[in-house]
Amino acid sequence: MGDLTQECASRWEHFAHGADIGVRGIGATKEIAFEQAALSLTAVVTDPARVVARRKVDVQCEAENRETLLVDWLNALIYEMAVRRMIFRRFEVHIEGDRLQGSAWGEDIDVARHEPAVEVKGATYTSLRVGRNEAGEWIAQCVVDV
Amino acid sequence: METTLLTRVSEFEWRIEPHDKMRVPAVLYASENLIRDMDTKVYEQIVNVATLPGIQKAAYAMPDAHWGYGFPIGGVAAFDPEQGGVVSAGGVGFDISCGVRTLLTGLKSGDVTIVKQTLADALYRHIPAGVGSRGLLDLTDSQLDEMLEGGAQWALSIGCGVEADLDRIEERGRMAGAQPAAVSDFAKNRQRREMGTLGSGNHYLEVQRVVSIFDELSAQAFGIHLDDIVVSIHCGSRGLGHQIGTEFLRDMVTETAHYGIDLPDRELACAPIESPLGERYLGAMRSAINCALANRQIITHLVRRAFAEVIPKAELSVLYDVSHNTCKVEEHEVDGHIKRLFIHRKGATRAFGPNHPAIPEALRPVGQPVLIGGTMGTASYILVGTAESEKRSFSSSCHGAGRQMSRHQATKLWRGRQLIDDLAGQGILIRSPSSRGVAEEAPGAYKDVRAVVEAAEKAGLSRRVARLEPMVCIKG
Repeated sequence: MGDLTQECASRWEHFAHGADIGVRGIGATKEIAFEQAALSLTAVVTDPARVVARRKVDVQCEAENRETLLVDWLNALIYEMAVRRMIFRRFEVHIEGDRLQGSAWGEDIDVARHEPAVEVKGATYTSLRVGRNEAGEWIAQCVVDV
Repeated sequence: METTLLTRVSEFEWRIEPHDKMRVPAVLYASENLIRDMDTKVYEQIVNVATLPGIQKAAYAMPDAHWGYGFPIGGVAAFDPEQGGVVSAGGVGFDISCGVRTLLTGLKSGDVTIVKQTLADALYRHIPAGVGSRGLLDLTDSQLDEMLEGGAQWALSIGCGVEADLDRIEERGRMAGAQPAAVSDFAKNRQRREMGTLGSGNHYLEVQRVVSIFDELSAQAFGIHLDDIVVSIHCGSRGLGHQIGTEFLRDMVTETAHYGIDLPDRELACAPIESPLGERYLGAMRSAINCALANRQIITHLVRRAFAEVIPKAELSVLYDVSHNTCKVEEHEVDGHIKRLFIHRKGATRAFGPNHPAIPEALRPVGQPVLIGGTMGTASYILVGTAESEKRSFSSSCHGAGRQMSRHQATKLWRGRQLIDDLAGQGILIRSPSSRGVAEEAPGAYKDVRAVVEAAEKAGLSRRVARLEPMVCIKG
């Protein structure tokens, strides 16, 4: 069996939920899945390729389980996006026990260039899941309210 | 949803008898077609709501009900604190006190048609809309607290609006019992520069024309006539409400087990009304109601400025202001007794019938205006509360068209630019910073608002007064 980190492609996707939208990150480790879920969150607002990683913002969260940790991580980013009027395109996550140390790189929202479609109100506990799929890849997902 | 899951009581009323952990029945008001179009999740969620402690009479779903978080959107439930009743952050939602305000203008469509482009541009320039937009104000900590206590009354104190506006706002523009100290610094920081902004998603500001009158008497009391121009504003408590919803949902998820409440779904998380967490939430949620009322008041002020620039003879007065994501204390009759209940309306509008003391005197003989937002390509409606809705749904009605398609699907079917051009062809001008945002809000992504309000009327929840069609839409 080869190295999973090399075999498994890190990626994100959206899934449908009534009036809102689901974000999903997939990767070889829980940390990568969290990073990709954050990228999926950016993609709810704009095409991540339009965003330039100019400035770094650090966030920390702590939660009693990995599912709540994902909700907290996404909500921390939603808060930073709102108060700093920023949008992010690159993420780095370290998880130790119930603590998450994360960084997000991005830039100020530029309405003309980013054409932001919608602002995210909050991450929810709907369709919330952090775990491995049948292929052994980590999945981190939940629905976000827009 | 399969109609076989339900017992049909009448053409527009369906029932789920109590089973398993349900404490009361669930009642859905809708036509057969609307029921068939509803997600089965609405069934699960309304059944779950019926299991909550202290719930009274029944858990109700309005004709526009769809899948929400814990509660369905279009859900109504009343709780008695004396029977261990609860308050639920999910039962109010993330966009606390999101609502609709409609302004009369004293204009006819002919006054607007000739200057429609200029008016659309002026409104778009004056009213900050969309992601990342900022308001004109940058509030200090003490100003934020004053706003959270004072609502629309605070907005008047900074020069936005006139005393007469307050008569036409629920709670006279200021929700009592707000506790700014229960609102976190995070929530306050999110709001500091967002006052007087429209937001994004399904929020909008529309210049509309009255195209049909269904109930002459009520229309007269409301001051609306055929071909009149009105302005409707749909928005809520912005970042502050979202942050309060997020934080208290998390706290309630953690705490529910401590209160011995057994939940079928994590997002129904709640706390007893008479508990420290329940009281803290109510104080914060009422602050968010005031934030939404202040926000719509400031936007009203900006709309007046834009109109003054383009059509100086316009005189804008508030017809009414309703909130549709709230938990409010009201008196209702249960088993022959008047009880003080905590009414959750998640995507549902309060709809008091004639002679209710909470309605402004001039409107009291006919009932409360119920403002229903439609889509930018179809129509909106003004309804009036009925006496029967008291016993049917704790005086509640629908709130909008309700989505029938996800945002993702909508962007696959429509392109924003094309939609804007098509709507312009129909005489509807759209102004928006985001063409993808417009595509996500395509009229076809929503249910038929006419079917929703007809069902609300036939179920006895409220009665149609007027149909409004958009001429200009500012979309966040």
